[in-house]
Amino acid sequence: MDELLAILQKIKPGVDFENETGLVEKRILDSMSIVRLVQAINDEFDIEITVSDLVPENFDSVSAMMALIERLEDEA
Amino acid sequence: MKNILEYFEKTVKTHPNKVGFVDECREATFSQTALHARAIATALCAWGNKRAVAILIDKTVNCIDTMLGALYAGDFYVVIDVHSPVERVNGILNILDNPVILTDKNSEALAGEIGREYLLYEELIQTEIDEAKLLEKRNCMCDLDTAYILFTSGSTGMPKGTVISHRALISYINWVTEEFGFNAQTVFGSQTPLYFSMSVTDFYSTIKCGCTYHIIPKPHFTFPLNLVGYLNDNKINTIYWVPTAISILSNWKVFDVIKPQYLKTVLFAGEVMPTKQLNYWIDHLDSTVTYANLFGPTETTDICAFYILNREFSDSDTIPIGKACDNCDCFVVNSEGKAVTAGEEGELYVRSGFMANGYYRNPEKTAEAFVQNPLQQDYPETVYKTGDIVKYNDKGELVYITRRDFQIKRSGYRIELGEIEAGANSVEKVKSCACIYDSEADLLVLIYEGAVKDTMVVLEAVRNHVPAYMVPDEVRRIKEMPINANGKLDRKALLATYKTL
Repeated sequence: MDELLAILQKIKPGVDFENETGLVEKRILDSMSIVRLVQAINDEFDIEITVSDLVPENFDSVSAMMALIERLEDEA
Repeated sequence: MKNILEYFEKTVKTHPNKVGFVDECREATFSQTALHARAIATALCAWGNKRAVAILIDKTVNCIDTMLGALYAGDFYVVIDVHSPVERVNGILNILDNPVILTDKNSEALAGEIGREYLLYEELIQTEIDEAKLLEKRNCMCDLDTAYILFTSGSTGMPKGTVISHRALISYINWVTEEFGFNAQTVFGSQTPLYFSMSVTDFYSTIKCGCTYHIIPKPHFTFPLNLVGYLNDNKINTIYWVPTAISILSNWKVFDVIKPQYLKTVLFAGEVMPTKQLNYWIDHLDSTVTYANLFGPTETTDICAFYILNREFSDSDTIPIGKACDNCDCFVVNSEGKAVTAGEEGELYVRSGFMANGYYRNPEKTAEAFVQNPLQQDYPETVYKTGDIVKYNDKGELVYITRRDFQIKRSGYRIELGEIEAGANSVEKVKSCACIYDSEADLLVLIYEGAVKDTMVVLEAVRNHVPAYMVPDEVRRIKEMPINANGKLDRKALLATYKTL
């Protein structure tokens, strides 16, 4: 979780990611930042987020992203 | 025919209740759009003649109503990017001669920041239509009147406004709709912003042919599964996107999961289409889909040359830009000012009714680019000098090589950066790349994005593609290529920052 928060802070500083939901819906994370985010998560957690996982529901909150990461880690 | 609105009026008559325009929040039939546009126009009539109408509205049906409203009033419009910094918006407004500023409730905060008087869309559409006044306006117009001004970034740092007349717009739209056979069954999925020249094609084709124009919500380009779902839900059969947008679907290998069911025509323009990414589309979609590479500057309304794909290209081949559009003459002039011979490179010139009148309040730039035809001195004939270097291949097709201003010379050798990039692009997993020349350090640097960790692999591919004098001195991998406001790769940003990457 801390690693993910660190990544998010780097990509979009100044957002209260821990408590914010609706990151995609409110367009806090835009197109470019999600591309960077996916790349950073892949590198950090050594997983591969594929296009099937690239849906707004998986990126709308930190807990949704953690759930995705944990699922992909389990599958690996 | 004198006015682009004559096409719209014909469409309103033949398809009054057909849905013409759809955004995230609402849809509008052609007759609803006409009512709103004429109400706005009636209100604008009170503000003078042939004024610049600056539109600060996001890409929505509201914006479309307003653009057409300005035309009905005999004015010309300037669509402004509501997401650009206030300084840039003000920069454009300062160039315009006393513009009428029009916004809607969605963008009213921006209009407020600008600190000028503005009109509100939601109020203007309540205006009672004055048919007599609108007719009077129309009767004073001719096809030389300006329809809109499109601002592009200028080399001097100030935005440069290209002035497009009704005549240029009508001529261009006649070609594009005939060539691709657009009709009332055409359903567009529109990607490009309304302040970008490519947006003219799908929008005004819809105006002329009674197509349906879906404004694709921007976040769909982040979540490509949703994008394809959107194309299918709306039965979209025609797209005209920048190659970067087309490549998103290739890079994520989206068609391995879901395919567009209705797509028949795939057009692209605005930058060089990477062949590998296009081949992914060709390999995965139905063989009946038509692909065409369109080519041209804002100064020829949108396009001057085109190539419909009719043969296979390997991943390292370059797709030609083909031949001139109908009612458009493209010719290539060498450095001696003579027409090129077969295979010789030269600058592309255009002679056409599609041509812009020049740049707004900018006689110097206009004189540089809109010049007397260098091939004949017998009578006045203005042609447009594109700054694009092209040649004819052995099939007689035009091939784009580079921008005149990107061409570099090194140790006397002439180097075309695009050729180096084609080599790098042929590497599987190179998402995008750019070769830049740092003339101060005399370094040729290739920068790429993609999952190829070993830069030597990319360098080797380039070595296999170009002569030794064109091999880059450095190859760098970066996480993300910089993109400019129109979604194109930003080479200037790369050159400025590559050392820190």
